[in-house]
Amino acid sequence: MSALARFQAGFAHALHGDVATFAAANQAAFAVYRNTALRACLDALEANYPAVACLVGREWFRAAAAIYVSQSPPRDPRLSDYGDTFASFLAAFEPAGELPYLADVARLDRLWSESLVAADAVTLTAATMVTLEPDAIASLRLRVHPATRSFTSSQPAVSIWEASRAGIAVDAGLVWRAESAIVTRVDHGVRIAPLDVAAVHLLATIDAGASLADAAQSTLSHSPDARIDLLLADLLQAGAFAT
Amino acid sequence: MSMTPAAGIGFKPPHFDAAMRSRASGLWFEVHPENYMVDGGPRLAMLDALAERFPLSLHGVSLSLAAADLPDATQLRRLRVLIDRIRPVLVSEHMAWSAWGGRYIPDLLPFPRTHEALEHLVRNVTHTQERLGRRISLENPSHYLRLEGHDWSETDFLAELARRSGCGLLLDINNVYVSAHNLGHDPLDYLDAFPLPAVTEIHLAGHAADDNDATLLIDSHDSAVADSVWSLYDHVLLRGGARPTLIERDGDVPSFATLLTERDRAHALLDVERVAA
Repeated sequence: MSALARFQAGFAHALHGDVATFAAANQAAFAVYRNTALRACLDALEANYPAVACLVGREWFRAAAAIYVSQSPPRDPRLSDYGDTFASFLAAFEPAGELPYLADVARLDRLWSESLVAADAVTLTAATMVTLEPDAIASLRLRVHPATRSFTSSQPAVSIWEASRAGIAVDAGLVWRAESAIVTRVDHGVRIAPLDVAAVHLLATIDAGASLADAAQSTLSHSPDARIDLLLADLLQAGAFAT
Repeated sequence: MSMTPAAGIGFKPPHFDAAMRSRASGLWFEVHPENYMVDGGPRLAMLDALAERFPLSLHGVSLSLAAADLPDATQLRRLRVLIDRIRPVLVSEHMAWSAWGGRYIPDLLPFPRTHEALEHLVRNVTHTQERLGRRISLENPSHYLRLEGHDWSETDFLAELARRSGCGLLLDINNVYVSAHNLGHDPLDYLDAFPLPAVTEIHLAGHAADDNDATLLIDSHDSAVADSVWSLYDHVLLRGGARPTLIERDGDVPSFATLLTERDRAHALLDVERVAA
């Protein structure tokens, strides 16, 4: 190992608390580096998970995030992408046990970030669809837009996310039930809209490469009452597909 | 931009509309490429629009050039893609390291300026310039720690790095001031020893006393450029001539108009230099 590599290793270990073997870490100024690196990670997580931060408050958020940083430090310099496993960390994080919806809210924050930076593509409109012959529609293999994501939760995580993202208290009239949503990017903005769970299934089947007819059949086997035409209209309306 | 050095501003997305409306002569912007290494979406579209209207400079924070390892191949590829897309007039990085053992430490970390460290830096900068297909410039760091084992003064080290790798230098005058204060030397001595002919860009920014240790100055970029830094800037212009100059601001970001006023002060000083030259 080169002397530079040894110096880096000593410095990196000292940043994480092991100062005994690294002389420079005993200078008071070493704290500047420790604080700067940790703050950058915490700032990034707070920016990437705004609904979670709003729900739990800044102090709680940063305390939990600091534990996450020690377990899963960044590996990629693009910090706006940092924290891809933060939702599963929260799901297993005991102090968050009283907020069973927190991990799902975090998942939705993450999907929002993924959608924001996904590749550009022209959104398929309903107007294009109606020009097709009915037979052609059945065999159509639609392309899901790169910025489209779907989301399901056994709790009202979409309503809670929406209120948190807007910085308002969750309405007292909140109905405690499973919720699902679609995340799309339209006109350069990420949109999250409630979506029937049957439509989530339809979208996932299309995304796996099924023709529209096969995707419809698969959806009906799960949700016999589903109106495929309406679900498809909802997906098109949301901007789920690309041309 | 190297023909007629002008003053620019570190770009902040909330300033986009005001920036696009600005008619300031010679105005240019600098961004951290890491924030735009994405597949698509509004952030990249904004950068495209900015690049169409203004000269841009890419100022990286993550290549970790002062490390024992080569810079990350994926990160170099992403940077090349962005360079090919927006055609920046300047590309710069830091004389620091931030990658270690597969981890990214979001800070600009120091090292002893040994002969061996110089070999690593020359190799890493040369490799980077080859992969990017262009020359880059390296920025002098802010210092907080007294490290043992330097074989070189920083100014001689930078001069030798520039000579051997062919890279340019980015002279951050606020870093010079902060380091001189923290390590206890005279910033004018440092500047007088600095290889000014290799300088392709100058940075000006604000600093602040450390929250925990008021005797330390932090390169915080969260206030206006200090008067002491402005006078060092005057000194550099007189000695080395005009260079593209950037006002950096990352914290407590004021309105675009306020930053533009600060930028205009630098721009006016560059004008005086140009007329004199």
